[in-house]
Amino acid sequence: MSEPQSPAAKSTLLQLSSSDAYQRWRLLKDKIVAKAVVIGGLSIILAIVLIFFYLLYVVFPLLLSSSAEAVSRYDAPEPAMGSTVFLSMEEQNEIGVRFTDTGKAIFFAVADGQVNRVVDLPIPEGARITSHAHGGVDKGIIVYGLSDGRALVVRHEYKLSYPGGKRLITPSISYPLGTEPTLVDNNGQALDKITVKVGDKNSSFLAKTADNRLLFLTLVKKESLFDDEVSWERNDAVVDMTAGDVDFMLLDKEFRNLYLAGRGGDLTVVDVSDKANPVIKHKINVMQQGGEITSMEFLNGDISLLIGDSRGGLAQWTIVRDKQNHYSVRKLRGFKVSDAPIVTINPEQRRKGLLAVDANGTMGIYNTTAEREVIREKVVDAKPLAVTLSPRANAFLLQSENGKIEHWQVENPHPEVSWSSLWQKVWYESYAEPDYIWQSSAASNDFEPKMSLTPLVFGTLKASFYAMLVAIPLALFGAIYTGYFMAPGMRQYVKPGIEIMGALPTVILGFLAGLWLAPFVEMHLTGIFALLMVVPLGVMIFAYIWQHLPKTIRNKVPDGWDAIVLIPVIILCGWLAFAASPFIEELCFGGDLRAWMRNEFGIGYDQRNTLVVGLAMGFAVIPMVFSIAEDAIFSVPKHLTTGSLALGATPWQTLAKVVILTASPGIFSAVMIGLGRAVGETMIVLMATGNTPVMDISIFQGLRTLSANIAVEMPEAEVNSTHYRVLFLAALVLFMFTFIVNSLAELVRQNLRQKYSSL
Amino acid sequence: MTAGAVSINLLLVVGLLLLIAIRGLGHFWPADILEYQYRDQDGRNSVIIGEEVDESLLHEAQAREAGFEVLNGAEYLHKYLVKTGNRDILGSDFRWILDQYIREKSTPDDLIAVERREWGNFYGRLLAVKQNGETIATGEQAWPVAGEKLAKALDLFDEIDRLQNKDVGAVNYNLERLRLKQRALELKNQWDDAKSREFAAQKQAYEEQYKVIQTQLSQLNREIKTYSIVVSEAGGREINIPLNRVVKLTRPNAMSVLDKAVEYVKNFKAFITEDPREANTEGGIFPAIFGTVLMVMLMAVVVTPFGVIAAVYLREYAKQGFITRIIRIAVNNLAGVPSIVYGVFGLGFFVYIIGGNIDRIFFPEAAPAPVFGTPGLLWASLTLALLTLPVVIVATEEGLSRIPKSIREGSLALGATKAETLWRTVLPMASPAIMTGLILAVARAAGEVAPLMLVGVVKLAPTLPLDGNFPYLHLDRKFMHLGFHIYDVGFQSPNVEAARPLVYATSLLLVMVIVGLNMFAIAVRNNLREKYRALEN
Repeated sequence: MSEPQSPAAKSTLLQLSSSDAYQRWRLLKDKIVAKAVVIGGLSIILAIVLIFFYLLYVVFPLLLSSSAEAVSRYDAPEPAMGSTVFLSMEEQNEIGVRFTDTGKAIFFAVADGQVNRVVDLPIPEGARITSHAHGGVDKGIIVYGLSDGRALVVRHEYKLSYPGGKRLITPSISYPLGTEPTLVDNNGQALDKITVKVGDKNSSFLAKTADNRLLFLTLVKKESLFDDEVSWERNDAVVDMTAGDVDFMLLDKEFRNLYLAGRGGDLTVVDVSDKANPVIKHKINVMQQGGEITSMEFLNGDISLLIGDSRGGLAQWTIVRDKQNHYSVRKLRGFKVSDAPIVTINPEQRRKGLLAVDANGTMGIYNTTAEREVIREKVVDAKPLAVTLSPRANAFLLQSENGKIEHWQVENPHPEVSWSSLWQKVWYESYAEPDYIWQSSAASNDFEPKMSLTPLVFGTLKASFYAMLVAIPLALFGAIYTGYFMAPGMRQYVKPGIEIMGALPTVILGFLAGLWLAPFVEMHLTGIFALLMVVPLGVMIFAYIWQHLPKTIRNKVPDGWDAIVLIPVIILCGWLAFAASPFIEELCFGGDLRAWMRNEFGIGYDQRNTLVVGLAMGFAVIPMVFSIAEDAIFSVPKHLTTGSLALGATPWQTLAKVVILTASPGIFSAVMIGLGRAVGETMIVLMATGNTPVMDISIFQGLRTLSANIAVEMPEAEVNSTHYRVLFLAALVLFMFTFIVNSLAELVRQNLRQKYSSL
Repeated sequence: MTAGAVSINLLLVVGLLLLIAIRGLGHFWPADILEYQYRDQDGRNSVIIGEEVDESLLHEAQAREAGFEVLNGAEYLHKYLVKTGNRDILGSDFRWILDQYIREKSTPDDLIAVERREWGNFYGRLLAVKQNGETIATGEQAWPVAGEKLAKALDLFDEIDRLQNKDVGAVNYNLERLRLKQRALELKNQWDDAKSREFAAQKQAYEEQYKVIQTQLSQLNREIKTYSIVVSEAGGREINIPLNRVVKLTRPNAMSVLDKAVEYVKNFKAFITEDPREANTEGGIFPAIFGTVLMVMLMAVVVTPFGVIAAVYLREYAKQGFITRIIRIAVNNLAGVPSIVYGVFGLGFFVYIIGGNIDRIFFPEAAPAPVFGTPGLLWASLTLALLTLPVVIVATEEGLSRIPKSIREGSLALGATKAETLWRTVLPMASPAIMTGLILAVARAAGEVAPLMLVGVVKLAPTLPLDGNFPYLHLDRKFMHLGFHIYDVGFQSPNVEAARPLVYATSLLLVMVIVGLNMFAIAVRNNLREKYRALEN
């Protein structure tokens, strides 16, 4: 092609346009085009590489490890106002607050500890603060128990405004139950321990008095119809147990259970669904391996307890309902922070994570779902006093006994992902046992995302398996006949006919599978199974009869046109199968196969199930497998087959020993490419299954595949969230799978082509 | 045995096409309206009016399992699905009735079907026509009068529709552009008093325009509400339906076969050219057709040069060896990557990365509303172009490989450069092959749904991506698509049963287009092969 131009041609051209500039322009154009074409060709590689690396680029942050680093360190503001009992900070990590044991709230700048505002809480004259607790870290509620049996509930709040386009955060203190402390103990005893939960309608206190009574007080809000006045209806109750050994008390936000624990490890769960009558539900010792409880908090959502012990261990406990509907308190998992006692635990406010600090000043951040230690680092050399994790869990403040506050930043965007949370069984909150579950989102903030890809991969493989089960025999047998036996005249129509089947949009196949085939299969289940037996049987019987028919009839059908004769036979068999199915059903299954299966084997039946998907997707895969396999068989060199026939082999022997053997790499690559197509198919599975991510091998149950999952959830996934990245991971898994399968198939095919061309 | 497999495959293809064709084509035929005298299991008598849509035979055991009583020891329970319409009165459009309780079935001529803009069809009898609440025709005269008044109401409705969508839409669009211009100037600190006055004047002008349209509209709205018809439903209740709520009045039982054929054509035309109504379950599919065609055209514009260049490289420029092997593997992988992965890639790369950056650089005034940083027509076309690239490459390559070497050599021998040979001889000769590839790509793109769900297709787009407002072609707009329409109406709609015929009809249209395109491509290919065979000899 790169022949030099002949002198004659050159001279004619020179006559046509004699200017040298024109010639140079032509050559330049030639070079430019050559360069452009090369770039264009190579860009195909670029495209595939770009897709791969882009997917990887989005998934990559999931694999990055998290980090925490010290930002600043300063003296705790206003040290004279008492020691810190509670630290907190707001959403933007600008303003922090320190509540002291003398009843002061000191707001300060998180960056440098500069005092922003000091609020004197209205502690009445003559009363002392005897206890304190927070009422949920995400609610901003603090309660102080007083020496006269009363309790003061305060809330720290932050208002955002933009004067002059700049953000300004104004902190304030409000009193959800009024500035007047609430009387908790009618006997007026000091409150030694206290906890509170404030709800929209009702609020509850749990308090331990100096004379060891456990009081449970519920206030129900009564709003007057005529004015804004609010009154409270009291409901006093006493928890009937020895209060002496209760050191930790928690009340969940649903006002359902009280969790009481002593240092020794005795955990008592009290049911307070009936506010007037608390009932002890469970008693268990959680420290059976020795050690003492040193800290107890709720995990976000108030379903699980986090218990820190004196040996540096951390455990997640929760109430579990088993299959027999028995409730028990079980340990889901444990972490080890260090050997020193855990001082405080701070749950994340939006995820199932926590920050724990031990007595030596080591901090650990954990995620319970992923069962993962995200970060562990030594923060300070003194014993920590109080610690707070910011609402977005991207910073924390830690005050230690040396009076300093440490301000750290945390980079921890995707703690919920680990190898075990994606691929292994995980024991989720409120589940009876560890399981594979995909349930990525819910309306509430404290939902535990369950992102196990295992059920999705299982569903994908299950759907592809049944699809291939349908497609392989039909496609390969079809290809063998078309490529080897069929008359060219007929092949000319059959091949494009079946290939057009492959051009049918899958959305249409899916729609038919979901709305037509699924109800049809449900109505004629026996017929479908009868079909599987009757049709092959019928074809064979017909073939046998055909062999013994007189020559005159057989000769009417030219060689290679047998498929035409079979069409009425198959229609007849199909009709027979459906016509006979009611009788078979009557005879063997008491008239209703589905009821029979349910009663005899306990097999449930979903209308949109794997059988339907297998049939529809099998149909979608047939043309691709057929077309490639047929090409391979048809292009087996003719001299091989004629040679075999000439040596006396029957056509059947030639087919089995020569043709299929020679074409087997092509057939293999056809099946591989078909598999790749089935694995990635989206619309059919989306429409023909119930999209339930269950792991059930039954053919009558639904499933959810990776691809359908992406289609369903991607539009609502928040960009760059963990959910979004996990969906990209699903896409990457699909990509990798099809990449391997397709590359393998293509390599095999290229080798085959070379082999044929050398034959 | 192997012949059997071929036969089964062929039967499956033909059966499927027939199924879609029958169900889809049946949708437009005006069905008879039946009147049933019905006595249910509790012995209550009632009259049911509606179209018979489906029937089913339940085996006696299955029927008992489902909780039906089977009378007279029959072996089967015969059920009919009747489209009773009147959803506003009955609560649902459909009802299963049992053959064993039907006492009489008839098709009286005076039953009418009223296609309404809301609440689906109404079936019943026409009693009277009213003007401003006063009866102007009753009995037999009512029918022709109703038809005449309806024609007038429909004209008015079109006028109102045009004003509301086109004129008011244009004013709103211009006002929005004005706002964005102002914001852009503010961002550049070029906003001053002179501009402010100028903009205020323009705004004033648009608002004047708007007021004029509004008065026209309220005038027309008053006019269209003049007429109404009084109809009685199966239970005998009388109902007043204003004619502005009516799309069509028919008396299918009184129609001859010829009338029905005419009606059939009209229905089909309406299906193709009208906008959808009632959450897409009624009316036409014009925006979906339009969106599909436009998206596919844009895609073709992008995919053709890339595909052809890649194929030319593989066939004409590259040395056959390692690189071409890698490229062939890449091409095959592009063809084999699941379409949903393209969707994910398109969403992440095109929409968020490229689109997001375009917004930041060129449209800062629109922030925080995204312009190109959200799924839209352009990204959908690009994603599908990537997806269909292998189709074009493979087809073009095949075409190039069939061009005899002697032709290229002849051209080069005459002194043409390689680029000139390519442009003047090779590509023109390969153009039918390129066309084939393009047609196949278009057919593939028209049927693809999964990636589009992520990069720009919506169930209902308020405006077409092509309209009379500058810059006319709105690449950033979301659009409707036939394939997604099928998925959405068939699976996400609140009234799947009522929408089913429409879904079949849409499917039929899509299948016809795609099968047609494929057949055409195959024909072109075969033709081409013949031609080159002749050339080689």
